Amino acid sequence: MLKLIASRLLQMLLIMVVVSLLLFLIFDSDKFKKQIAVAELGGFAVSALSEQDYEAWLEKKGLNVAFYERYAKWASGVAHGNLGRSFEKNEPVLSLVAERLTNTGILAFWVFALMIPLSLGLGIVAGMKEGSKRDRVVSFVAVFTTSLPEIATAIIVTVVFALGLRWVPANSSMVNGWDWRQLVLPVMTLVLYDFGYVARMTRASMAEVMTSQYIRTAVLKGLPYRRVIMRHALRNALIAPFTIIVLQLNWLLSGVVVVEVFFQYAGFGKLLLDAALFGDVYVIQAATLVAVCVAVVSQIISDVGYTLLNPRIRFG
Amino acid sequence: MEIPVLECRNLSISYYTRQGEVPAVVDFNLRLMPGEAHGIVGESGCGKSTVALAIMNYMGRNGAIVGGEILFEGRDMRTMSAEELRQIRGAKIAMVYQEPMASLNPSMKIAEQLAEVPMYHEGIGEAEALRRAEKMLVQVRLPDPQRIMNSYPHQISGGQQQRVVIAMALLSNPRLLLLDEPTTALDVTVEAGIVDLIKEIARTTGTSLIYISHNLGLILETCTRLTVMYSGEAVESGDIHAVFDEMRHPYTRGLFNSIPLPGADKNSRPLVAIRGQLPLPHARPAGCYFAPRCDHFAAGVCDHRPLPMRAVAEGASHAVRCARFAEIDWAAATLPHTPREKVLAGELVLSVEELTKHYTVESSGAFLVGARRTVKANEQISFAAREAETVAIVGESGCGKSTFAKVLMGLEDATSGRVQLGDLDLANLPVQSRNERTIARLQMIFQNPFDTLNPSHTVGAQISRVIRKFGVERDPEKVEARLNQLLDIIKLPREFAHRRPRQLSGGQKQRIGIARAFAGDPKVVIADEPVSALDVSVQAAVTGLLMDIQRDNRTTLLFISHDLSVVRYLADRVVVMYLGRIMEKGSTEEIFAPPYHPYTEALLAAVPIADTSVRKRRIVLSGEIPSPSNPPKGCPFNTRCLYMMAGTCDAIPPPQREFAAGHVIACHLPRETLLAMEPVISIAPA
Repeated sequence: MLKLIASRLLQMLLIMVVVSLLLFLIFDSDKFKKQIAVAELGGFAVSALSEQDYEAWLEKKGLNVAFYERYAKWASGVAHGNLGRSFEKNEPVLSLVAERLTNTGILAFWVFALMIPLSLGLGIVAGMKEGSKRDRVVSFVAVFTTSLPEIATAIIVTVVFALGLRWVPANSSMVNGWDWRQLVLPVMTLVLYDFGYVARMTRASMAEVMTSQYIRTAVLKGLPYRRVIMRHALRNALIAPFTIIVLQLNWLLSGVVVVEVFFQYAGFGKLLLDAALFGDVYVIQAATLVAVCVAVVSQIISDVGYTLLNPRIRFG
Repeated sequence: MEIPVLECRNLSISYYTRQGEVPAVVDFNLRLMPGEAHGIVGESGCGKSTVALAIMNYMGRNGAIVGGEILFEGRDMRTMSAEELRQIRGAKIAMVYQEPMASLNPSMKIAEQLAEVPMYHEGIGEAEALRRAEKMLVQVRLPDPQRIMNSYPHQISGGQQQRVVIAMALLSNPRLLLLDEPTTALDVTVEAGIVDLIKEIARTTGTSLIYISHNLGLILETCTRLTVMYSGEAVESGDIHAVFDEMRHPYTRGLFNSIPLPGADKNSRPLVAIRGQLPLPHARPAGCYFAPRCDHFAAGVCDHRPLPMRAVAEGASHAVRCARFAEIDWAAATLPHTPREKVLAGELVLSVEELTKHYTVESSGAFLVGARRTVKANEQISFAAREAETVAIVGESGCGKSTFAKVLMGLEDATSGRVQLGDLDLANLPVQSRNERTIARLQMIFQNPFDTLNPSHTVGAQISRVIRKFGVERDPEKVEARLNQLLDIIKLPREFAHRRPRQLSGGQKQRIGIARAFAGDPKVVIADEPVSALDVSVQAAVTGLLMDIQRDNRTTLLFISHDLSVVRYLADRVVVMYLGRIMEKGSTEEIFAPPYHPYTEALLAAVPIADTSVRKRRIVLSGEIPSPSNPPKGCPFNTRCLYMMAGTCDAIPPPQREFAAGHVIACHLPRETLLAMEPVISIAPA
């Protein structure tokens, strides 16, 4: 077990090095340097700039040194906890990323808090009796909400709940401080999009377990139906959905760009998008490192959890 | 008058599928008195398991009882509420299943799975329930019950799992125990222990048993009455001795003719297969379902209904569903055998010398470094096979017989030793480096005909490819001629070449498997349990076919099997293996007569024989087969051997003792002790 975790973490470091090198290489091109200049000084100012002034600007920004020197400097900074400064916002990347990550974390927490009970509950209820009316209703709803792209769901809930019913604001930028009501629509959009997928997986897993021979044994032992479901079926049926739910973490972190941008929510996905458009290389680097880390860690959690849930493949 | 524990009256069960109603069981009657053990025997698809599940009232959503009634202790189960059924299930009627591993919940400890039975049926506390569960584990003779209680199902062996399931069934002292093929998934020496346990339960607890099996021998060992089923209906029922000794239905007769009993011999008394195949439920003939396969069919008599069960004599409990049973001359029909000439073995074809195969496995421990272990799959295997000879390799799971086949086929490298085919050493020649000629000379027939044919090609294309690949013929016309010739040999119509595997029955697929193996004119064919996945009546036909082809081509056959009855019937020489080593080898007569290796002796005693005149010595091995990755020191059999001599057998590998030319026993027992052994099987004078 320890061996597995250690090798995964080693893999993670390797991925981080490779990805950051690649990103640096891409953003080291003249075209991207120019883009930063345009973004900061304005297109007209850059075109009016003389060659010498441009060189001076590059030097001021630390962009004129050779690529490997910059990378080495950045890497040693990272090792010491210094992620550099954002070109765009001119503040330390570390605090910027931490703030945005917290915001996305709050969003992800509420999505999970609603989505997990909803999808597991409905999935189990549907899978208990395959082909029953309940199953068909749940399956239809699940397929319907999952088939809608996030952007469509976002528009629909905005129109209905913000513009129509006026229950919650349509914008989630929280410019006047933290407001839970602004969180409602993004969470709702993500839950609607995601729950169907997890519910369908849970349903399939539950339905398979219900046809297994050990459920037959449990029924023919004369156990009450409740006990058959709660004690015999549930644990085996939850193994597959568990791994899927943990892997959703990854998606909630970097895959929610559309929703964050749509609602103007100052989260991690939006940060990534802004940085990419600006060419803000240190922010992109930091965000990438965080994303890789979350991806690998969620995979480790899902693997370890799987072995704990499933005694058949427990180690040792 | 005593009330029967269970009574099925004119029971009919149907499944509802897209094709409409499919009758699974028709007009089934059974009367089970307290303490009685009733066997239900039949081939796959005959409806025997459906009956068991109907008694439990568990038929899934598409099954239903469409006629008749099931009375449990005089009460009609069809009128019971769900709650009443629940109270009977597991408490008064308990069931033991075919696959013990699949029947236990993989993520719950044994203790909890056992304890919940009395907790929910009798409302007792957990501590008391656990105490009772542990006591029951002792009663089903499980060693170290404490450890078993704390294990998950996958942590114990198949035999132990089945004992746990039996313990679970007995925990609430049921009135009726349903056993659905309880030993089919187990090794034969383990099976013998379970059967022994079942017999003891029947004797000591007074529980009534319904024992479902395809194996007539097992039914004879465990039951007092039986019902023979065919295509959804009972065809013969009665006292076990009456049915076994004076069967009155052509199907029952056919079944007995197609199983290799001790008197059968491939040359003097070959088996007689039942021709044709089981009709599908929606394609049953109008009259007697067995009519198309019956030798006694008479138009106008057998082709219409009703066809009730009739007592063979006034007042007898022995009944058959045959319109002509009184007219058939049963004495004359007993000897339809056509003897064949014995084939003389030719020159040496294959010789195996001290073949050893070790695997190194790294056990993934909880810590950073996993321990390396060696699995000794084959240890110094030596034997020889001659032209036209059948050499059987016998052993239970983990004995290394499949590894041996893999080394021979070149799928694995030998660790040491030699395999000489002609003048070529195959031991370290992987199949990729063998030339076509060598591959063609050594072919294999696989155990499972269902998985070994490619489902997306026609069987004709699959055989033709082999013919071209091995360079037997290249010209398309000649390839087709050879294909047709092969289909003729395996007795399938030539049109079958255009069929895909899913359009064939199991027996037909295995015939294709045989044709494929023989397409390249092999010198040696390895048959790995070629008939164990097939039904009894089909087994006889496929074995017969295999032997005919072998006889005509003078092929050497290595027959790998766990089934000693089949081995005795068709092998010329036998190699008995246990945990990777040869325990005994010799001619078939030598193996089946004393002196025996103690393991051979136990194996022989474990095989159930469907013949009332056969007497067997009772030898039941204790314990389970050890893991090949951690074999016992000294003689691998010492942990289960009844003759174990402490200090010798568990320390020193046994010496090879030769009793006749080629008859070798690897055992520490003195020569005199081995020579003084009595035969395991004797046939009582009629």
